[in-house]
Amino acid sequence: MKQFLIFVKKEWLHIWRDRRTLFILIWMPIVQIILYGFALTNEVKNSNIAIFDQSRDEATIQISDEIAASRYFNLVKNVYSYKDIGATFRKGKIRMAIVFPKNFRYDLLHSNRAQIQLIADASDPNTANTLTNYASSIINDYQQAVNQNAELPYTINTQVRMLYNPELKGAYGFVPGVMALVLMLVCTMMTSIAIVKEKEMGTMEVILVSPLKPFRIIIAKAVPYLFVSLLNIISILLLSVYVLGVPIVGSIWLLMAESTLFTLTSLSLGILISNSAQTQQTAMFISMMSLFLPTLLFSGFLFPIENMPWPLQVISNVVPSKWYYIIVKNIMIKGLGFESVWQETTILIGMTAALLGISIYKFKIRLA
Amino acid sequence: MLKFLLQKELKQIFRDPGIIRVLFIMPMVQLLILPLAADYEIKNINLGVVDHDHTEYSRKLVNKIVASGYFRLKDYSPTFKQGLKAIELDKTDLILEIPAHFERDLVDENKSTLFVAVDAINGVKAGLGGAYVQQIIGDYNQDVRDQWIQTPRYDEQPTIDVVSSDWYNPNMNYRVFMVPGILVMLVTMIGSSFAANNIVREKEMGTIEQINVSPIKKYQFILGKLIPFWLLAISILTIGLIIARVIYGIVPLGSYFTIYAFASIYLIAILGLGLLLSTYAQTQQQSMLVSFFVTMIFNLLSGLYTPIESMPVWAQWVTKFNPVSYFIEVMRMVMLKGSGLADIGFQILAILGFAVFFNGWAILNYSKRTG
Repeated sequence: MKQFLIFVKKEWLHIWRDRRTLFILIWMPIVQIILYGFALTNEVKNSNIAIFDQSRDEATIQISDEIAASRYFNLVKNVYSYKDIGATFRKGKIRMAIVFPKNFRYDLLHSNRAQIQLIADASDPNTANTLTNYASSIINDYQQAVNQNAELPYTINTQVRMLYNPELKGAYGFVPGVMALVLMLVCTMMTSIAIVKEKEMGTMEVILVSPLKPFRIIIAKAVPYLFVSLLNIISILLLSVYVLGVPIVGSIWLLMAESTLFTLTSLSLGILISNSAQTQQTAMFISMMSLFLPTLLFSGFLFPIENMPWPLQVISNVVPSKWYYIIVKNIMIKGLGFESVWQETTILIGMTAALLGISIYKFKIRLA
Repeated sequence: MLKFLLQKELKQIFRDPGIIRVLFIMPMVQLLILPLAADYEIKNINLGVVDHDHTEYSRKLVNKIVASGYFRLKDYSPTFKQGLKAIELDKTDLILEIPAHFERDLVDENKSTLFVAVDAINGVKAGLGGAYVQQIIGDYNQDVRDQWIQTPRYDEQPTIDVVSSDWYNPNMNYRVFMVPGILVMLVTMIGSSFAANNIVREKEMGTIEQINVSPIKKYQFILGKLIPFWLLAISILTIGLIIARVIYGIVPLGSYFTIYAFASIYLIAILGLGLLLSTYAQTQQQSMLVSFFVTMIFNLLSGLYTPIESMPVWAQWVTKFNPVSYFIEVMRMVMLKGSGLADIGFQILAILGFAVFFNGWAILNYSKRTG
């Protein structure tokens, strides 16, 4: 045990005395969380629109004003022909155009029917859909205000309640994902480089002839990084609550425990990578290529997994961040307890055990 | 002089089969897999129903919602509490609660209320899901009225018809949107990371000294590094465009000439950035770490995954200094909307600026002295 502690101390000094790397390790996650936490969102707001008003009467002006005043739209241009609309779209200036036909108000009052055309730039389908829906509901509100005294027969009212995230903020879905992404990248890269570095520098030989068992050598390598990661988790959580405005609804201790578990999974993955890499560059390349894209793709925070073809859905199951993302969502945002995440937790524990087992089995006590 | 340098660089690239394999096969695989995964289309919303009414009307409503194609009925609970459980377990995304006496109230009292609760963690999905459900309920409401009120139709109410049309991508196909962007990303990653590693490699191997003592001018050296990678990146772009056309059936509305014209300038800018990084880095590790960090920021703040307008103002400013965001924008404009050279004038100017800036800096910073 004493030997083990000495090894941990040695590793700790490695980190502590390399201030530049320590600085990067502590600050990189913070910068990334802030950058991506704020910038990665698919909330639709302030979309630029143009209005083609062929009628210019009281009603169309009022509807235009209401649309322009909402926080979803930003009126940038009045256009005067369909050709103009096409040209503005091609310049990439607007996301949607609203067309009022001639004699809008006259038709509305006299024949009781008038039409508004919404032309959306559907090259981005979701934004197009969302914008069309927002505009339609503003127009509906206007119509209801006009008809307020008349009660329609057989009316079904629908009350919609948005659970967990009433303001439909983008951050609620993205922050847990960014947490998974950042923790995964930092932890895995750190450990994989730490072990390979010893190989490259030739100091591995010294460690291998020591009386310590390979199992303990690996654990001793991982312990100091676990502490650095805990520090990272705390700073990430503080940032999400106080800077990004995403509250922790559930138990913070459970969240910390699960995050530690996920860190352990990432650290063991790093150890495994370091086993098969000979140079720091290879280790880094493997961690980047095999982690960044899969984590981004398969955690489910950017792309809905249920839309993928089934082979990809199967692949997504081996990505640890997918499970961590579910856990964080359930605890942090839905406020659920352990009974809702025990399956995901078991999977992460299983993955960690498997990764560690393989690395210990493959750990070479002889130099090539 | 330049001719010999080019000869050397091209030989170096083509005699390393590993590089060629990575250069050509990796982008191909990614272009085939990524668009399959990157599908944000809101469909398959999992529906849970809590029906306290159990009448013909409530069943008709549920059938109508399921028949719309957006929803999949996943859960049928006797109480709201149990329905909520299904949302907590991620089994459903949306609960429709039909109160007791729904049908009776509607027919006898002319009025009835439905409750909808949506899992709103994914705001966009929740917003669209809620809107779809309301639309369908509105249609259903219309059916009920049509059934009870015979001619003359109640037309005393002024009604505004909202007609929406979706231009440029009427089938709302996400691949059409993602493939051009992903192609840009791949060309950028390959171009910049290989260029970034190249000079550093000469430094590490010590061969840079031979170049330093030769009569090669600085700009010749940079050009000699730039042109081979430019040719490589252009051929990757070509292969990507062929894949987009043959496999995904994406035929650009605009001209290929516009795409290549912009790409030529863009690549000079991106390769210049790579070379610039490599004049600063001493080891391949440093250059990889920095180029990884830069690529990640370029990647996530490019508008490829999330719309730039949704970002806060300061992040939108960051994207203005991100050459990738210009190319992605241009690629989508030309391929989907048929924009021409005149429409992308601003983007061309911006990217020209980047090209001059990065390459000028790289040439200035490349020093023939070591140490």
